[in-house]
Amino acid sequence: MTWRSPLALVRDALQGQRARERELRSLVSNLPYEGQEKGKQPNRFFLSNAIKTTKYSLLLFLPMNLYEQFHRLANLYFVGLAILNFIPVVNAFQPEVALIPICVIMFLTALKDGWEDFRRYQSDRKVNNTPCFVYSRREKQYVERRWKDVRVGDFVRVVSNEIVPADLLLLYSSDPNGVCHLETANLDGETNLKQRIVVSGLGAANLGFEPESFNSAVVCERPNSNLNHFKCFVEKPDKDKVGASIESLLLRGCTVRNTNHAVGFVVYAGHETKAMLNNNGSRYKRSKLERKLNVDVFFCLILLFAMCLIGAFGHYLWLESLPGVPSFLVPDSNGHLDVPSLESFYMFFTMIILLQILIPISLYVSIELVKVGQIFFITNDIDLYDEETDSRVQCRALNITEDLGQIEYVFSDKTGTLTENKMVFRRCSVMGTEYPHKENAIRLDVIDEPESEEEVIFNQHQQLPRSRWSLEAEGISPPDTQRHGRRRKSKVAANAHSDAAFSSPLETEVIPDQKLLQQISRAESSGGRRDGNRSFDPHLDFFLALAICNTVVVSAENAHRQRECTSPQSSQMRNPLETFSSLVKKAGAFFQRDKRNRTLSEDPVIDSAKTEDEADANRLRTCSLHAPSQNGSAIVEAEELCYEAESPDEAALVYAARAYGFILLARTPDSVTVRLPSGEDLVFEVLDTLTFDSNRKRMSVLVRHPVTKDYVLYTKGADYSIMELLGTPYAENFSGIEKNVAADTQYHLDCYAKEGLRTLCITKKVVSESTYQSWLGERKRAQAAMECREELIMQTAVQLETNLTLLGATGIEDRLQEKVPDTIVALREAGIHVWVLTGDKPETAVNIGYACRLLEEEDLVINMSCKNKVTCTAILDCTLEEVRRYRDDPRNAGTTQNISLVIDGNTLDMAKSPDLQERFVELTKHCRSVLCCRVTPLQKSAVVKLVREKLKVMTLAVGDGANDVNMIQAADVGIGISGQEGMQAVMASDFAISRFKHLKKLVLVHGHWCYTRLANMIIYFFYKNVAYVNLLFWYQFFCGFTATTMIDYWLMIFFNLFFTSTPPIMFGIFDKDVSVEVLQGVPELYRTGQGKGEYNFLTFWIAILDAFYQSLVCFFIPYLAYQDSDVDLFTFGTPLNTAALFTILLHLGIEIKSWTLVHWIIMLGSVALYFIVTLAYTATCVTCNPPSNPYWILQNQMADPMFYLIVTLCTVVALLPRYTFHVLKNSVAPSPLLQGRQLDRMDPSTRDQWIKEWRGFRGGAPAKRYELSDPPSPTLETPVDFFPEFLPDSNFMGDDLSLNVITESRQRAVHT
Amino acid sequence: MGKTKNKSGPLARRPDNSAFKQQRLPAWSPMLTANTVLPFFYLLAVICMLLGVWLLLLVQSTQEIKLDYTDLGNCNECFDLRRNVSNAAQTCSCRVEFSIDKSLKGDVFFYYGLKNFHQNLRRYMDSRDDGQTLGRIKNLKNPSTYCAPFDKDNDGVPIAPCGAIANSMFNDSFTLNYHLSSSRSVPVPLLRTGLTWYTDKNIKFRNPRTDNLTLAEVFEGTRPPLYWQKPVYSLDPHDPNNNGFINEDLIVWMREAAFPNFKKLYGILNRADPIFEKGLPKGNYSIDISYTLPGQEGSGADHADLVRRPEPFPADCLPGNQQPDPAGGRRPHRGLVEVRKGWEEHEGMKHGGVKTED
Repeated sequence: MTWRSPLALVRDALQGQRARERELRSLVSNLPYEGQEKGKQPNRFFLSNAIKTTKYSLLLFLPMNLYEQFHRLANLYFVGLAILNFIPVVNAFQPEVALIPICVIMFLTALKDGWEDFRRYQSDRKVNNTPCFVYSRREKQYVERRWKDVRVGDFVRVVSNEIVPADLLLLYSSDPNGVCHLETANLDGETNLKQRIVVSGLGAANLGFEPESFNSAVVCERPNSNLNHFKCFVEKPDKDKVGASIESLLLRGCTVRNTNHAVGFVVYAGHETKAMLNNNGSRYKRSKLERKLNVDVFFCLILLFAMCLIGAFGHYLWLESLPGVPSFLVPDSNGHLDVPSLESFYMFFTMIILLQILIPISLYVSIELVKVGQIFFITNDIDLYDEETDSRVQCRALNITEDLGQIEYVFSDKTGTLTENKMVFRRCSVMGTEYPHKENAIRLDVIDEPESEEEVIFNQHQQLPRSRWSLEAEGISPPDTQRHGRRRKSKVAANAHSDAAFSSPLETEVIPDQKLLQQISRAESSGGRRDGNRSFDPHLDFFLALAICNTVVVSAENAHRQRECTSPQSSQMRNPLETFSSLVKKAGAFFQRDKRNRTLSEDPVIDSAKTEDEADANRLRTCSLHAPSQNGSAIVEAEELCYEAESPDEAALVYAARAYGFILLARTPDSVTVRLPSGEDLVFEVLDTLTFDSNRKRMSVLVRHPVTKDYVLYTKGADYSIMELLGTPYAENFSGIEKNVAADTQYHLDCYAKEGLRTLCITKKVVSESTYQSWLGERKRAQAAMECREELIMQTAVQLETNLTLLGATGIEDRLQEKVPDTIVALREAGIHVWVLTGDKPETAVNIGYACRLLEEEDLVINMSCKNKVTCTAILDCTLEEVRRYRDDPRNAGTTQNISLVIDGNTLDMAKSPDLQERFVELTKHCRSVLCCRVTPLQKSAVVKLVREKLKVMTLAVGDGANDVNMIQAADVGIGISGQEGMQAVMASDFAISRFKHLKKLVLVHGHWCYTRLANMIIYFFYKNVAYVNLLFWYQFFCGFTATTMIDYWLMIFFNLFFTSTPPIMFGIFDKDVSVEVLQGVPELYRTGQGKGEYNFLTFWIAILDAFYQSLVCFFIPYLAYQDSDVDLFTFGTPLNTAALFTILLHLGIEIKSWTLVHWIIMLGSVALYFIVTLAYTATCVTCNPPSNPYWILQNQMADPMFYLIVTLCTVVALLPRYTFHVLKNSVAPSPLLQGRQLDRMDPSTRDQWIKEWRGFRGGAPAKRYELSDPPSPTLETPVDFFPEFLPDSNFMGDDLSLNVITESRQRAVHT
Repeated sequence: MGKTKNKSGPLARRPDNSAFKQQRLPAWSPMLTANTVLPFFYLLAVICMLLGVWLLLLVQSTQEIKLDYTDLGNCNECFDLRRNVSNAAQTCSCRVEFSIDKSLKGDVFFYYGLKNFHQNLRRYMDSRDDGQTLGRIKNLKNPSTYCAPFDKDNDGVPIAPCGAIANSMFNDSFTLNYHLSSSRSVPVPLLRTGLTWYTDKNIKFRNPRTDNLTLAEVFEGTRPPLYWQKPVYSLDPHDPNNNGFINEDLIVWMREAAFPNFKKLYGILNRADPIFEKGLPKGNYSIDISYTLPGQEGSGADHADLVRRPEPFPADCLPGNQQPDPAGGRRPHRGLVEVRKGWEEHEGMKHGGVKTED
């Protein structure tokens, strides 16, 4: 490095700063400058690719870590006190010793921080030294470099399965179509492949890319963290601009798949890459308990000040009352005595030092430890483990476990959260005719059976698929069976290799509807005759649309991600005959509908059922369809296809199309290959894809038909977004009957919705050449625009999507996850208001609402849906009035009505407006459950915020998709469900679970436990410190308020650090007030934690008062015993200390609800430790702690019976009130929790009976307080897994309407 | 626990199904209700009651005679004398007479007591050097700074034993006389050793190694505390082994009392004498008190003392004198002289007096 003037350096730095800050960056290739000094490099201002995530460096660790730690106010406080101790006039202890506690605590924290940072350093180093290939001009080839040497402007070659080292603009791909597949699982957890396209129009890019010839400038935006957005254009030397978007960006950290190699231009490196910008560490949330705790710490501070003031004032009075200067008043080293007022001023500070532990120094550390323990137990809970994905519950936010125990409002997403998000094609309507797909429905019911014997299924499938090959010749399409085995396997297999998204047998298999199949074959055969026109048959078009109009990526099965797969299935071939006979047996079993058998052999049954169906179908089919000769190879080929979709709906549709013979074979950016039922492959040229967005709620694909050469636009989308765009009915072109397809389809759509199906409309539009050309121009302009590109692109999309022709509609089922109704009922019984926020239409949502028991038959359901604000206001007022009247009605006095609210997005927006929100919130307060339909992600979070802020309640949001991220972040506790839709929700969440049902145990059991444990522990901690400190305080009245301690200072430190520190931590981690079974069986117990919970003003002050009382007892009993005797100071302090130890430990003993071995060990261990350490200390330490000298004190005391008498007496008298209080309370007015514990003591069968009876009892009168006495005879629970008939209510659909009470409580029986 | 950490294959991340991790450890959960607690309660009450009765009997068998000699008998003269600082050097002895109605059987302990003397002030307590009293030569000549300002005198000569505690040592001496008749009296023999804890006498307090030197030579180069008349090596003229840092009066004094009103053991009745074989017989007694510092008096005669039934102390804090300090500030003067002592004798049974507050 040559010498450069400092001025130049400064100038350079400024320039670099400016270059990095600029909105647009212009980057050029580094190659022409290779080997030149740094100052000449054009891209020198941008960050290099080396990353550094460590917080500290070796040299600066100490100061920086200290600086970090001093951000904690508590640490500052304690250090301040320790320093105060060094001032001679105010010190209370030997200053060096006073430093010990804070030093120990800070040292531990520093150790933890240092270790974490070291781990980060190691991983950084590993990442930075990963090799990659960078083009070098000197060597004329790609040479191996390390990641950290990659700079902006370099050309990097990545090969398949390699991780992308920096954000690359894709310039070349070995794929002939110029695409590159990218797996972003590392980034957002989405397992589906994403397709990235080479920046188009860069000349002969396809003929091997020459980095040296790249002489364009890449202009891109400033780095940002948006993973789905990138704006850039490449400016060629001739000033021609080519736009590029996220579609051409390879993101750092992603893996290249299915592409041999690709070359990219580094646009962002190191910390400027999107991956790093997104990686902003774990979140810190402060729990409600902790906020309350801080208030109480403040109270303690006030208490401390009061006590210190008393001390200072007392000292003053005592000095004033002295008759002169007695010999025990020691002057300072100069022989000088200060005046009393000054002395007492100093004494104030000395008192603060003396009584400092009133503010519990170890509380914060203990809380952290307890939370670590709690999280350990939560993550180790086997009930929260999901075998299918092999995932445990993850606690991502480490410090809000106890918030789980205080939840009052749960906001849930529907799709993927309540439901599986495994989309299953259920039925469709084509050209106004409904095809119910009954067989399909039966199949799904079979699958619905719970899997009980995973292992058995696993074994069967190892053999079955192979054997099924023998059946292939019969013309049955076997692709699914193969998939079967694999899928099953992967279900049980290690999770690391998660399978392709959305490809469980449930989703991939569709049994075609006979009628529709015939219809297609008829069309197919008739169309075959007049070749050119056949695709005009709307049925064929419908399925073509299903196959084409999507963004599903096809990947070859065998090459799938080229990952290591679990070893291939055993190739053991079984005798075909045997196989067949076993199949028949199983089929027989199926028809017997023997449930037990079905659970064991669910899949083969489906197969066999399917086999038969399809065999039937084949018989009916004409030979042109599925000719065996053609099928042989074709099917093998098709079978190996694997569809990867971004949304499960799309995959479901593609699979449905495949079932009817329209097989999507390949998709490149420019073309789609579809195999028709006739076996013919059609290659459609894809002209453009108008991607889905939440405003349009539809997506379209513009293709060129290979035969007719027409420009065809296939659009699919939500019915309400499609219906208004319809042009002339398709039926006009159709020969003969004039049908109002739209009306019929709409009717079917409504039916679907009522069944709880997700609906999509499929349309087609033929675009004329001229229209297309003019549109294309605009489209291109929009794509190259730097400013508001999104809006422009959307506008062009809207322009084209008009005058659509309706082909049909599909109904896709999204099944409820298992135990969802059970969970929701439990949550509601726990006093939690459950809100479901969904983007679905109200009908679908309401139906799901009933299915998951969010809404009950006997509920009063209020439906709010209005178009303008005036009506909205009116409805709101009216409803509120209604609700109040209902509540005030004396007839309803004993019962609490169950009001539910259904509201749609528009109305919600109006209700949220500032003038109405008070009323809205008031209304929702009365509602047990609320269902919001058609809400956008933003609305979701707005609702959460509104409720959270207006009602000041604890909210929990649970969701699985990117659209729930806002909501999850807005709530106090965010829970992500790691499901089908990637990891974005999980990334944003505080806890990640894999099934919705886990919420029940997580909240009701772990939440309750964590909260009670922590709350009790904190109360205990305050009590402990106040009790102990007060011992010192009372003594001040006898030593002239001179801050003398009657306990050796080391022993005082030990007392807090060793003897009494582990029991509360153990209490906070292990104590179990009520067992899992009872907590889950009686969710009402959860209410104890809600609202103020157990840690409130009252309990806190009771604990403090008790601490005062106990310290009084522990001090004055020894005092009276030793009054006027020859007792010396430490001899007096020893029984005091011992009594305090026993009192404090036994106090905890009273509070501990269940004693396990751990409890015994720790409690007895603490006592033993006290005696061992104290004995050892007093025996060995003759002069080690001058001037304090506790030599042989305890030994002497322990030889004196009086010691034991005093300790016993103190402990008993001190604990008597609390003990008596507990006993009285438990005997006279037992709390629900205590009753829960009583249930625990019964033997399991009796207990279950009780819970069941009681549940039945409660079923009648839901709001009745928990009472165990005299439950009526048990009523059987209604099976939860059923869809109640949707209540016919014409008004419900009405748009501009209004309040309607759907069910006026269908007179429920009121048990008293 | 027991299982290997590196599991692989399916369900690799499945948590252990152990009782500990699943929080299913067998537990005892006591229920605090009247039914379960009352029997235990009654049992405890009975035990406590028995214990209380036993203690009560014990207390009643303990005899105690307390005597406040502040201005009893002719001690008020000495008291008045001491009020004037200028007379501090004058010796003063007085006699207090009392009688015992019921003989005190067994071991009899003789205590002196002080009222409103705060041995428990933080700075007072810190003002000592355990290293010095342990006999460390280094500390002998160079006392710890905790002793300041009583570590060295104005000339920089180290003080042994240093510190405020030693400086303010109580040094009245007592002789107890038993009057067999109005004319004949015998001194009651008191053991002046064996008053301290074994560990204090043998481990915590030791004289510097003598190496064939006399104690006086060892302590050369130090001076006694400012208020002392005698050097530390000649505190007990009768028993050469009771001198230096291991002087039992010093050790007893150095064990700081917990409360401002306290007593300290002065002597134990020597029952070798046939008259006192069974304890103190009833009769008339008197205590001769040298109402001053032992060094001033010169004679080491044991003093008799007074005993009295325990009764509430009168508050007897007298205004002390303030002597103008040459340096201009306020200086503490001799604590003993200024603050009056109440003192008492306590004779107990062998237990040394187990008192309980029940």
